[in-house]
This record gives sequence, C-alpha cells and structure tokens, in this order.
Amino acid sequence: AAPVQVQLVVPMAVVFSTGSVPGDLPRPLPFRDVQEMEISVNLRTSVTSRYEMRYRSTMGQEEAALAAATAREADAALHPLQDTTLGSLTMYVVPETSSLLPQGINVYVGKHRSALVRAGGSLAALQARLREVAQVMSFSASSIAAALSDRVPDGRLGPDARRYLKSSLGYEITFSLLNPDPKSHTVDWDIEGAVNRYVKPVLDKLSLVANFSVDSQILYYAVLGVTPRYDKESSSFLLSAHSLPHVINPVEARLGSSAASLYPVLNFLLYVPERSHSPLYIQDKDGAPVSTNAFHSPRWGGIMVYNVEAPASPQASLPLHVDVDMARVMEVFLAQLRLLFGLSREEVPPEFLLESPGNEGLADWELDHLLWAHTVENIATVSTTLTSLAQLLDKIGNIVIKDDVASEVYRAVASVQSAVTELSLGHLHAAFQASKEAVTSSERAFFDPSLLHLLYFPDDQKFAIYIPLFLPMAVPILLSLAKIVRETRLRKKEPTKMD
Amino acid sequence: GGMAAAVLLLLLLAAAGPGPGRAEAGRERRDALREELLLTPLPTGDVAATFQFRTRWDADLQRGAVSHYRLFPKALGRLVAALGVRELHLALTQGFWRTRYWGQPPLQAPAGAELWVWFQPTVTDVDKAWKELSNILSGIFCASLNFIDSTNTVIPTASFKPLGLANGTDHHLLRYAVLPREVVCTENLTPWKKLLPCGSKAGLAVLLKAERLFHSSYHSQAVHIRPICRDASCLAVSWELRQTLTVVFDFFSSGQGKKDWSLFKMFSRTLTDTCPLASQSKVYVDISPKNKEKELLEVSPPPTSVHEAVVQGDKKTYAVYDLLSPSLFNTSRSLNVQLKWKRPQDSSEMPIPTLHAQRYVGGYGLQTGEICTLIYNTHPYRAFPVILLETVPWYLRLYVHTLTIITKGKENKPSYIHYQPAQDRTRPHLLEMLIQLPANSVTKITIQFERALLKWTEYPPDPNHGFYVGSSVLSALVPSVIAMKDMDVEQSPLFTSLFPSSDGSSYFVRLYTEPLLVNLPTPDFSMPYNVICLTCTVVAVCYGSFYNLLTRTFHVEEPSRGGLAKRLANVIRKLRGVPPL
Repeated sequence: AAPVQVQLVVPMAVVFSTGSVPGDLPRPLPFRDVQEMEISVNLRTSVTSRYEMRYRSTMGQEEAALAAATAREADAALHPLQDTTLGSLTMYVVPETSSLLPQGINVYVGKHRSALVRAGGSLAALQARLREVAQVMSFSASSIAAALSDRVPDGRLGPDARRYLKSSLGYEITFSLLNPDPKSHTVDWDIEGAVNRYVKPVLDKLSLVANFSVDSQILYYAVLGVTPRYDKESSSFLLSAHSLPHVINPVEARLGSSAASLYPVLNFLLYVPERSHSPLYIQDKDGAPVSTNAFHSPRWGGIMVYNVEAPASPQASLPLHVDVDMARVMEVFLAQLRLLFGLSREEVPPEFLLESPGNEGLADWELDHLLWAHTVENIATVSTTLTSLAQLLDKIGNIVIKDDVASEVYRAVASVQSAVTELSLGHLHAAFQASKEAVTSSERAFFDPSLLHLLYFPDDQKFAIYIPLFLPMAVPILLSLAKIVRETRLRKKEPTKMD
Repeated sequence: GGMAAAVLLLLLLAAAGPGPGRAEAGRERRDALREELLLTPLPTGDVAATFQFRTRWDADLQRGAVSHYRLFPKALGRLVAALGVRELHLALTQGFWRTRYWGQPPLQAPAGAELWVWFQPTVTDVDKAWKELSNILSGIFCASLNFIDSTNTVIPTASFKPLGLANGTDHHLLRYAVLPREVVCTENLTPWKKLLPCGSKAGLAVLLKAERLFHSSYHSQAVHIRPICRDASCLAVSWELRQTLTVVFDFFSSGQGKKDWSLFKMFSRTLTDTCPLASQSKVYVDISPKNKEKELLEVSPPPTSVHEAVVQGDKKTYAVYDLLSPSLFNTSRSLNVQLKWKRPQDSSEMPIPTLHAQRYVGGYGLQTGEICTLIYNTHPYRAFPVILLETVPWYLRLYVHTLTIITKGKENKPSYIHYQPAQDRTRPHLLEMLIQLPANSVTKITIQFERALLKWTEYPPDPNHGFYVGSSVLSALVPSVIAMKDMDVEQSPLFTSLFPSSDGSSYFVRLYTEPLLVNLPTPDFSMPYNVICLTCTVVAVCYGSFYNLLTRTFHVEEPSRGGLAKRLANVIRKLRGVPPL
C-alpha cells in the first residue's frame, strides 16, 4: 500500500480543582506539555498521536460547577464553560477523596467532551490515567488499526476490527420485516413512529459524519436459509451459532439492492418465524440461548428473531394479528447500529463510568471518536486510490488523461494534504471535511470511464498483428545465423586436424 | 454476498427512550393488491393468458417523505421518488402479437423492450433523469435498457398521453424509446416476479413457471406505474403499480392436435392457494359466443359467476372464478380450469379486428429502400382518425418528399404532421401523423430512405443479420359497435381499466406493427487484417531475397555427379538393392 504518515493532534485541557494538584508538578500552573505516542500499523503507514496538554487550575465558575452533588450535574454545569470544538478534550481533575465519583470509579466520562478524573497521587499516575481516558474518548491504537484494517497484517487484527463499516459519504439504513408465513401471521409494525422516536436522534447527530437515509419494507414469504433444529426439552426451535452465516444469503436476494444510490446499505431484519417453526431461539457458541434473540453480521447489518406468542386457545382463527413491540426491537437494532459504527461501549476499563447519551443517542465524544477513525481511513483510502491510479498510468504509456480527470487528481492531492495539515493542527472538523472532499475527488478520477484500461490496445496484440511480417523476415536471418555458427565451429575444428 | 462471520450480539443497551404507544389494532390498510388472470381462446385455436397484478398505494410517493413500504416494491418506489417520475411504462416482449388473426389484444407491446416515461414538471434536466432511469431499470430487470441513449430516444408529441392523473401534458417531459433487438428471457422474468408481494409462492403467480412461459409464441411482461385518483372526488393521489404479463400458447406446439386447454396443460401447474395479501384474486375466461349463436366453449369446473361487459367495442361474456370465495377450494384442493370446444370452429367465423396494420421494407439493392405501412379500417360505415408514430434510426435517411399516403387510389392528406429529422449519430427520425381512415379502406403509407454507411466501429456484432427498425405505433379511438356503459374503475376487471375510455361511443386502441429488419451495406471486417497479412508477406519475401543476395557468398560449382536421369536411376537401383552406377 501507499505510504501514509499522519500525525493526530488532540488539544487537551487538564483542569485541576483545588486540592487535586499533585505535589510533583515540574512547573507552577499553568503550563503546557506534549505527549507523543506512536501507533504502528505497518512499515509504510505510521500514525503518531500527539496530546497537547494545557495544565491549569480551575476558575471560579468551574469550581462552583464541580461543587455539584453528582457527576451528572457537574457535567451539565461544566458544559457551557469548555471548549466545544470537535476533537478537543477537557479533563477536570478532582481530589482523590472527592465524592463526585462513586466508590470504585476513577473516571467519569460525560455526555460532551469532558471527563472527571480522580487525581492519582503523582503526576505520572495521573498522566497514565489521562492517556487512558483520551484513548476512550478520541482514538486508541486498536480503533486506528480497525480504520486501517486493509493495511494491517492479518494476524494482528482483533476479531472485531473488520466488523466496522467502511467510511463512506453516506449510508442507507433499511429495516425489513420478514414475514415468511402471512397465512398465519398478520404482522404490523409502527416503523415510522419507531424511526422518528429512536433512530432519528442518533442519525441527526451522525449527520456530521455522513448522509443517512432510512427506509423500511415488509417482505412476505422470505425464509431463512437454514432449517432450525427442534429441541424437545424446551419444545422450541434452535438456530445454532455456526449455522448463522448461512441464514443471510437467501434472504438477501429478496432485500432488493438500492439501485438508486451508491452508498453502502445497512440492513436490519426483523424475522417473525413461521408458525411451524416457532418459537425460534438463537444459540450462542456455548449452546446457551441469546438473550436478545439477535445477531449481527459485520459490515452488513443485523437480524433479530421476533417470536409470536402462541394463541391462548388452539382454535384461534388464523391469521393471528401481531403488533410488534418496537421499543424492544429498536433497542437491539440501535445497539447493533452502534456496534457496526465501532461505538460499542463494551471495551471500557471497569473503573470508568460512561454517562448514557440520553435522548440524543450519541455522546459528543463518541462522534469525535468516529470522526478521528473516519478521517484517518479516508486519508488512507485516498492514498491507495491515487497510488493505484498512478500504477495504472505507468502500465499504459499512451493513456489519455482528460483535463477534468487531472483536475480531480490535483484537487484530491490538495485536499488530502490539507487534511493531514489540519490533523496536525488539531482541527478535527476541518480535517474530516477535507478528507471527505479528497475521497470524492479521487474516486471520481479513478472511476472516470475514460480511464478504463480495456479501452487501450495492449502492446502484445500489436505484435501479434505484425507476426506475418516478422516471421518470414526472421527465417533467413535465423538460417544465416545457424550457418555462421556451423561455419565457425568447422573453422575451429580444422586447425586441430592440421596438428 | 457471502457474509462469513456472524458475531453474536449479547449486548443490550438502554439507550432507547420510552416505549411506543401500542399501534392501533386493525389499522386501516393504505395499500391493496388485486390479481387477475384472463384466459382468452384465440380464433386460431391458440390461447392467450393475461396476468395482471395491481398494487395500489394511498400515499404520495413524490413527497419523498414516504419511505416505509409494505406491498409496493421498495426498489421501484425509490426510483419514482428519486427521479421525479410521473408515469412509467416498461414492456419487455418476445414475439409479435398478430392482431389480424388473434384480434385486439388487451395490452400489446412491441417486440423487444419499450420504455416510455413522463417526468414531473419539477425535473430540470429530463435527459439526465431519463438516462439515469434507464440505467437503473436495466439493473433491476436485467435488461439492456442501458443501451437507450439519444440515438433511439424520441419525444412524441401526440401518440403517448399520460394514462394516469396528469395536470399538464407538456410533451417535453416525455421520453420514449424502443430497443427492438432486446431478447427477453428468464433473467427478466425473475426480477419481475420478485416485485410481487407474494413472489411466486402463492396466488396466481404460482403459474408463472419460466419453462412454460417462454415455450410460447408470444410473451410480454410489463410494468406500469402511474398516479391515479384516490376516490371519485379525486382530491388525493394514489399510486398504482400494474404488473402485467401476456403469453400466447401455441396449440400446434402443444402437440396434441386438440384445441382443448387447461391450466395444467398451459402452465404445468394448477392453482392451490391464494395469496393472503390479495384483496381480490380472480380468473376470467372469455366464453363469449361468436355470431350470436350458441356458445362454443365449455368450461369446467363450473364458474363462481358470469360477468358480462363491453370490452373494446364488443360484448363479452366471462366465466369468473373467485379464488377468495371459500366455496371454490372446498370441493377440490386445486383449481384446474379446463376449456373444451363444443364443436370445431371454421375459419369463416374468424372476426377481423376493426383496426389492424402491416409493415414491410420494399426496394432492392443496398442503397435505397422503402418503408410501406398498410393500415386497415374494416369498420363497415365509420371513418376514424389514427395517429401513426414512426421512429427510424438515423442510418436510414428518410426522404420526406417521397412520403405518400394513398387510400382507395386517392391521396390522403394527413391533418397533422410532426417531423423531426435525424442527426447523424445523435438523434433518430421521428414522424408523427394524424391520418383519417375512411370506412372499409386500406391506407398505404410509403416513404423512401437511403442506407447510410457506418463507421466500422459502429457495427454491432453479426452485422449481416441486419439492423432492426422499431415497430411503429398506431393510436386510435376506434368507434364502438355497441355503446359502452361508464364503469366504476375500482369494480371492473383490471384488463378493462388501464386505458381510460373517453366516452361510450369509442374505445382506445394502441397497436404496434412488425419491427423491420433492414440490411445495411456491410464491409468485410477481416479486410484490414488481410491487407496487413498480404503486404507483410510481400515485404517479407522481398526482404528475404535481398537479404540472401547481400549476405550469400557465391562459388563456382563443381561439375555435378550426373544429371537428373542418373540420380533417379540410382534411387531405383538403391530400392532394388543393386549397387549404384
């Protein structure tokens, strides 16, 4: 892959409240400090992270805010006082004995771009803790590696790294209700209300990252590709974990690709099993039933099985009317959506407490987390695209580059350079915008129909056409060469005979 | 795609807000599906089966806010909303409907692919939207619609009016294209079936077995999308998707010599199940008596009801099987409609349709030619006008001054002519004429053309096969023999309700003539290579002798060991085992 060198600069303010200042500060407050960290991806790709820390003590209003009773109240009160530019972090260091954080919790990450950190005695301990917080809130080696998963050698990637969606200018989210047995079940879902209530807030927040469109459909007679196994003990049907990969393919043929757009599609399927196969449960690898009865497929979407309760009386007339409990379904789908965007909250150290994002569905720092990863990924993508374009041009000497293609390439290079510069200045938003433009321009140049290599006549075929010329011409030359060889051999032999 | 790993999700997040209010049970359905099969025994003994599936959706697709689909296919709905489509008609056809012998079809389409689309007035760049639309449709239906470009697209001014609700008819919003070379097969049928809510799993669509449908003399599948009035007051718009499929089974190829038909003989399937989503599911069999005599056909099992209607100016009687009526499947588990002729039909009974047409290429040689169109009006006493639309590719250069229209030996002056000349490699010829057809007459329209020479890269594969010229289109309001009653569109069978009827005295007919196959002067494509080979050989031979002349050294040869005779003698002696001379 093409070389990529990026420096990610995170502006970080460390604010000490009274009584939390460690004793071993090298200088009196305020002062600045820089910490660098190398994230190794492969030989030609290097990502350096650089935390520009500004240490200072609290101001009056901040002190008042930190005097709040709970961490949540403090976070809300502190929000108007801090730097709200994308990518910046504010850490409030509270004394070791502060009652703001519950017992056993050392770090509280708020809804916005700030965290409350318990002072850890020495400055070194505090810095280690701050680094940990920064990795949760902005990016970590593993999130960068996942963003650059194409460049990371196979063995070194975590199992989750290939799960995240590739960065794109837009995504299409499709909710599909699969009803394989419309004779027995009439299924209704209030998808419109559910989308407005649960999905829209998240997507509004994510609209900074990409364009999203949401739609839904109901598919009848769409069956899973696997026949579930009947379990006598629980008198239910089971889908085991190893058969799940085979479930999707036959369904996907019915989903209908979105012919009208080029964006990747995220599919969320709600499957109401046939009457003859209900209830249906998904088993995990150990054979235990999955509590959500759902699974997800990396970079594709998620499937949830929704069992219909058997009617009280067996002679209840068919079809059964089913109203889907959308809160239950959307809870699962939203969790899967976060997972696919790499915003899962699983991998957080135990002494961390994360504030739930509430109605907005997404905390500010989670958005930053996504932007960091996507910016790096975009830069890497542009570099790869332009490199392979250059390789193509090297291969075909007489290819014609039109002016508009050339200008797209220049624009892509300029944008990607500006993205790298903005990153090294700590301007996350500007860097992301520039990287998006770079991707658009480079893709437009790369997929320009005039650059199709099949349009150009390969050189070997030109030679093939002239074989009728070269072949008869070569015959006398080869014959006379053979004759010369024979004669020189004879001449060499003759003197030995003379002796 | 192959989703390799599926990771179990064990995580639950309490991110979502409060639970939704329970959706009102028994919510009013805003979409409805009706399906229908019409079986028409044709005068020749063949049988035509016309399927219609109509999905009606009481929502305004154009507003863009609607993105939650139930019965309406999402792929088409998004297309309509994204590209500002007002009306879309796509037909893919294999074979030719022989109007003269088969009578007026309920729905005819030209051989190959036909696409005509009305766009919304809000669409600013219609050509771009048209290009994009044809590309997307080509992806959805696996057809070569992406070959639609400016060289085969025309803007008719009079022939194609919107079939649905329309405010204005500014024909600049209309695009029409025909690809006569398109071959229709299973790969086009499968995506078409996939658009049906029940797929081919239940209901009438069970009969759609590709193996049988393409073993027929005519196969035409179509998709029509149009806005319609939601109710009689017409204050709100509903969208209608009609999927139609017409197939004509040949009685000769069925090989039994008997003209008796049954669903099983035609489709090798029978009806066992209804689509639970359909609000109406009916099979109509045309059992109209010919010549007011006793009926010819016998159908079994006995139909649920009998429907009488005036269709295309003719009184028709239909035997109706309502699949949703519980009594139908009570007696037997499956429905296999059978048609038996009570007595043999004689050919004199064959009714001749009021309007039919014929077209052919005249002339000889590879330089000029003539397109002749014959239009027949067999109505005994009424004249009526017809609009003829002719699209001719640019490589046939029409001479408009040679256009002659002759009826009953006299020149017939068209009352309206719209002619748009072709431009080489960008635009086809478009000729639209309004011609009055006198009663009981044949009108002959001829126009001469010159064949253009193409550039060698412009020839398609197998250029000696010839070049197709799409069917010409005849649209007419044909006077009816019997007065028609105004019907409620929602109640009447689907096959009568696609074209709007203007008043009781006439009915709308659209006919397509045969596509033409024209030979163009075709160069010998191997010639450049032959020339290269020949010149190369000549050059190589010259080079060889020069080379030898320049590099060989010449010696004086010693006297030979005797002449040819002696050498021959020695060979023979060697064979005989005698020592040589």
